[in-house]
Amino acid sequence: MSKPVPITQRPELGFVLILVIFGALPLVLSSYQMSIANEILIFSLLAMSIDVLAGYAGRTSLGHGALFGISTYVVTYWTSVYGGSAWLGCLLGVLAATFAATMFAAFAVRVSGVYFLLLTLALGMIVWGVCLRWTSVTGGENGIRGVGRPELIAGPTAFYYATLAVVLLMTFLIWRFVRSPFGLTLRGIRDSESRMRSLGYGTSVHMFVAFVVTGCFAGVAGALYALFNNFVSPSTVQLSQSVEGLLMAIIGGIGTLFGSFIGAAAIILLENFVSAYTARWQMVLGFMFIGTMIFAPQGILGALRWLVTRRQR
Amino acid sequence: MASLNLVQLLNGLTLAALLFIVASGFTLIFGLLRIVNLAHGALYLFGGYIGYSVTLGTGNFVLGLVASMLFVALLGLLVDQGLLRFVRGFVLREVLLTLGVAFVLNDVALLIWGGDTFSVQIPAALRGGVRFAGIFYPTYRLFVLALGIAVFVALWLLLNRTRLGALIRAGVDDAEMVEAMGINIRRVFLATSMLGASLAGLGGTIGGAFLTLYPTADSEILVFSLAIVIIGGSGSLVGAAVGALLVGLLNTIGQVMFPELAYFVIFGPMAAILAFRPLGLFGRA
Repeated sequence: MSKPVPITQRPELGFVLILVIFGALPLVLSSYQMSIANEILIFSLLAMSIDVLAGYAGRTSLGHGALFGISTYVVTYWTSVYGGSAWLGCLLGVLAATFAATMFAAFAVRVSGVYFLLLTLALGMIVWGVCLRWTSVTGGENGIRGVGRPELIAGPTAFYYATLAVVLLMTFLIWRFVRSPFGLTLRGIRDSESRMRSLGYGTSVHMFVAFVVTGCFAGVAGALYALFNNFVSPSTVQLSQSVEGLLMAIIGGIGTLFGSFIGAAAIILLENFVSAYTARWQMVLGFMFIGTMIFAPQGILGALRWLVTRRQR
Repeated sequence: MASLNLVQLLNGLTLAALLFIVASGFTLIFGLLRIVNLAHGALYLFGGYIGYSVTLGTGNFVLGLVASMLFVALLGLLVDQGLLRFVRGFVLREVLLTLGVAFVLNDVALLIWGGDTFSVQIPAALRGGVRFAGIFYPTYRLFVLALGIAVFVALWLLLNRTRLGALIRAGVDDAEMVEAMGINIRRVFLATSMLGASLAGLGGTIGGAFLTLYPTADSEILVFSLAIVIIGGSGSLVGAAVGALLVGLLNTIGQVMFPELAYFVIFGPMAAILAFRPLGLFGRA
């Protein structure tokens, strides 16, 4: 999953497309459909945070769903139990996720490959276990109900555009991040860690920073989700959150960034479609994961590109 | 520390015995096949449900044990031959595929047995308790402890005293070399993956009788197994035993001292070991 993928040739095209498509959606969608579009935006951000690590640093994380959820928990707890302001809550949520990412990263930089995946999985599941059992704070299985959004973004359309603005800003930052010399170093580490180390790069420090930064991005997505969903329970931090995020990144094409939007749209639309007919979403998700791994590990864009290049020959 | 008495120590040891049974299968598959089977927790849960149903239907606990081991071994075979063969050699794709299998299996289990909590029926001979050293302790838990030790001894003998064991150990060190010696390593792989899976099934039935079975039990067992393998090192039987003891005892201490944050306690040794020995206590590169 660490095949080199060229940086999107025309990134400004990607931004314009996202802005136009997602910007125009409220004009044509019902409020229910708009909430789905809103969810897609939030999860695109989570998928992108995973994509930066998987596609540019060559580390597949299964812990970012938990970082996402930590932020959601903190925002919901701060606003509803403590009664604090939502804006400050969002800031605290992102900080909490970043702090947790620092802890995760301190261990995760010591390992690579499949051990990295196992470690992030184990760390993420510990977060889940704590959220489930620490009932006096997290409410256990029952979760915590939020108190609604602040006045300014209370309406669905206002919140949708606020989400779009934040996600676009974050996308721009992530894009700058992976295009920077720092991002190039990450790609060097992905391709050959030993070579980068012998060239004098502090590979551990780079991985540490990359992990913390992506954890912060996941935290922003989690804070948005807290405002969006107005409820948090252990299912927000459970493994399937990380798995869905990773699947979105993979389906959109690892290392493409903008592909995350396609992946998120595909998964969330499918989830809503499937849920209308059956309660077996977990099974569908599992089968999709198996199918993607066997048939299209390069994602939809990757599979299409492969088909096109084959036809051109 | 007056609260940590003999009963709690025994509780920790019996949990460790169960965890060892499950994690030894996990570490064997990881060490030899280089496959991190994230469906191992789901296999445990599935085995437990099978054991529960068969024991309930026939009234025979041993039959339940055998059925769960056989069924889960078959399931392991099916996953290996039916799915994993398509992604061989791509480590990450293998791992993520087993994760997909875990999701499917869990949902199938939820579909068949529903979301209620079940407990495998304990045979009459193991019910009740034993009085010794001034305490009264459930017989069944002592049986689990004995079984854990028996499984350790049996696996140790299998690995160190039989031809198959020699092949498995050789395969852990260098599978290609073994193949070059004219041995069909694929058959050894298959035997190992079925053995590993059947241990998960055994663990499911054994554990289902005292930890009960419920839809998220697989995740809990998987975290424990992961922690044990991270602590002990992949492919090492002794590592799995030491890891299981550490995790089992620490979890019990954690539950006594900080009931709500017990989960967090296994985090400590894992972190410490990663800091000093990234490959685990008994792991080799």
